[in-house]
Amino acid sequence: MSTSSQDNASAYWAENLRIIITYLSVWFVVSFVAGVLFVDQLNAIPFFGFPLGFWIAQQGAIFVYVALIWMYVVSMNKLDEKYDVHE
Amino acid sequence: MSLDLLTYIFIGGSFALYIGIAIWARAGSTKEFYVAGGGVHPIANGMATAADWMSAASFISLAGLVSFIGRDGAAYLMGWTGGYVLLAMLLAPYLRKFGKFTVPDFVGDRYYSQTARIIAIICTIVISFTYVAGQMRGVGIVFSRYLHVDINTGVIIGMAIVFFYAVLGGMKGITYTQVAQYCVLILAFMVPAIFMSMQVTGHFLPQIGLGATLDSGMSVLATLDKLSVDLGFAEYTSGQQSTINVFCLTAALMAGTAGLPHVIVRFFTVPRVKDARTSAGWALIFIAILYTTIPGVAGFGRVNLIETINGTDAANVGTEYEKMPNWFKNWENAGLLGWHDYNGDGKVQYSAGSAFEGGKPAFDGEARGIHGERAVTNAKVNPTPAPGAPFVTEVYVDRDIMVLANPEIAQLPNWVIALVAAGAVAAALSTAAGLLLVISTAIAHDLMKTCVNPNISEKQELMYARLAAIVAICIAGYFGINPPGFVAQVVALAFGLASSSVFPVIVMGIFNKRMNKEGAIAGMIVGLGSTMAYMIYFTFMGGSKDDLFLGISTGGFGFVGMILNFIVAYVVSMMTPPPPAEIQEMVENIRVPRGAGEAHAH
Repeated sequence: MSTSSQDNASAYWAENLRIIITYLSVWFVVSFVAGVLFVDQLNAIPFFGFPLGFWIAQQGAIFVYVALIWMYVVSMNKLDEKYDVHE
Repeated sequence: MSLDLLTYIFIGGSFALYIGIAIWARAGSTKEFYVAGGGVHPIANGMATAADWMSAASFISLAGLVSFIGRDGAAYLMGWTGGYVLLAMLLAPYLRKFGKFTVPDFVGDRYYSQTARIIAIICTIVISFTYVAGQMRGVGIVFSRYLHVDINTGVIIGMAIVFFYAVLGGMKGITYTQVAQYCVLILAFMVPAIFMSMQVTGHFLPQIGLGATLDSGMSVLATLDKLSVDLGFAEYTSGQQSTINVFCLTAALMAGTAGLPHVIVRFFTVPRVKDARTSAGWALIFIAILYTTIPGVAGFGRVNLIETINGTDAANVGTEYEKMPNWFKNWENAGLLGWHDYNGDGKVQYSAGSAFEGGKPAFDGEARGIHGERAVTNAKVNPTPAPGAPFVTEVYVDRDIMVLANPEIAQLPNWVIALVAAGAVAAALSTAAGLLLVISTAIAHDLMKTCVNPNISEKQELMYARLAAIVAICIAGYFGINPPGFVAQVVALAFGLASSSVFPVIVMGIFNKRMNKEGAIAGMIVGLGSTMAYMIYFTFMGGSKDDLFLGISTGGFGFVGMILNFIVAYVVSMMTPPPPAEIQEMVENIRVPRGAGEAHAH
């Protein structure tokens, strides 16, 4: 590999990691902070007939996961184009 | 039309469909057998992954589990879906770029070590076998209840069907049958759920119906909370388990989901890296349709169950056994319900606590009591109401009947009941087939071809793969007919192993270029060893609950095992030489999508 393509590859990787960390932080906060650690506190808040904590833990988190994966798909497709590493 | 006839038509029709697809999609090469030729469309792969993933446990058991344990069931709901986020971002695209057939392929090549490969082969086989045993049992239960054959005959029919399309079609046959099975199972799950939501709340979507307000002016969940508390159960929307345990269980199930070999291998079947990401997205959409419906089914089912047995008035007087609906007697005959009339009033009453010594009813053969109920040999002597319960409970309700009995409890038409039976069979068979394929690949490809004799021809390898599939089906069938008494614990073990070994070793292989074979092997041994030791000690050697590490249950310990794996692997790799240059180059290569090509053998 030439130096420039190596630089390109490590820049691509660094940005890839940033994307993953961003989305996984949301994943962690929704699942564990909201869905487990503070679920009792959130239960005090009503949300369309559900206690909020209960709703996040049993339904909301799953909707967030679907959204996260698709946002990741879009971000990565853009990133692949930007660094010209797409197939 | 009678229920029996409809059930035969639905199950028979779905089998004919699967067999037709299997004949159409026969595998001619090892590549077609292992990864369906590598040309599966992402949406088809997403459906196949969803069917592969959603087993008898998701379809039959999970709603029942949530129904009986309330909010803590969220650990399973989040764990078994959140794992796909990890899979999509940390594993799938890179493994697709790596471009071989199996998890042991990756572990063996990345860590340039036969030892690492063999540990991965063992993990793959153990995880898959523990899983498949439960599926065959699910098929048996459905056949015995709906087709009036005994469980053993049911298991053998299921084995024959799976044999047909897994052995003939390999991954190609399985993929396209799984697409059909997904359609059957999701229809079978959603139709009764929508019916029930309409009945109970007037809302079409169960996801919204669960939050609705009932005629009484209380919401569904508030009603459930009240019903539960009145009968001495814990409040439905509150947690019972410690926060740290729920945390670890959720995390272990997530990492375990991402590390299950039969799920990972599905991402080797798509043409491009991009498609691996997209198909994870599709898979989770298809899975989420069922998983977000589960809380609704669980909630409505619980309200229906309590009100059917105890009556709708607040007095909870119970219902006379002679007047109980047919489903009660049907499931009693199938052995999943039991009643003993402690207060001698001839009425069935349900509250918190256990109705029988040791939990489950031990039936006295076909002997009947004075009301026609099945006699039991383990009725309690001088029973007292459980703490908080208004009276002694007289009923045992197996959690597993919740989904299967729901359409009957809700008095839905017969075709819905037949559809649910076909859906449950589809869920069990699709997962069983995926697992059997992983086992046969691990034996033929990883063990015979890569470890024992690299010179075997493609034809011989394919023959080994089919032979291994046959043996695996027979073993799975044996476990289905003679289930070990600890199926649930064994499935927990599968997740524990996947989260403490497979998941961390692959993640480090991709994200840490410096990780070497010494680190990976030490990490896997510590992760696996600690998790297995913990589970075996507390499950089979009578370890006391008070000695649990920080109160973490065996199911959640896989998370601790995973942390230990990461730490040990990192420390050991720092003290030993870095991996060779060509391995580091390989890691750089799998990090970039371009040039993925097709999955290949060499």
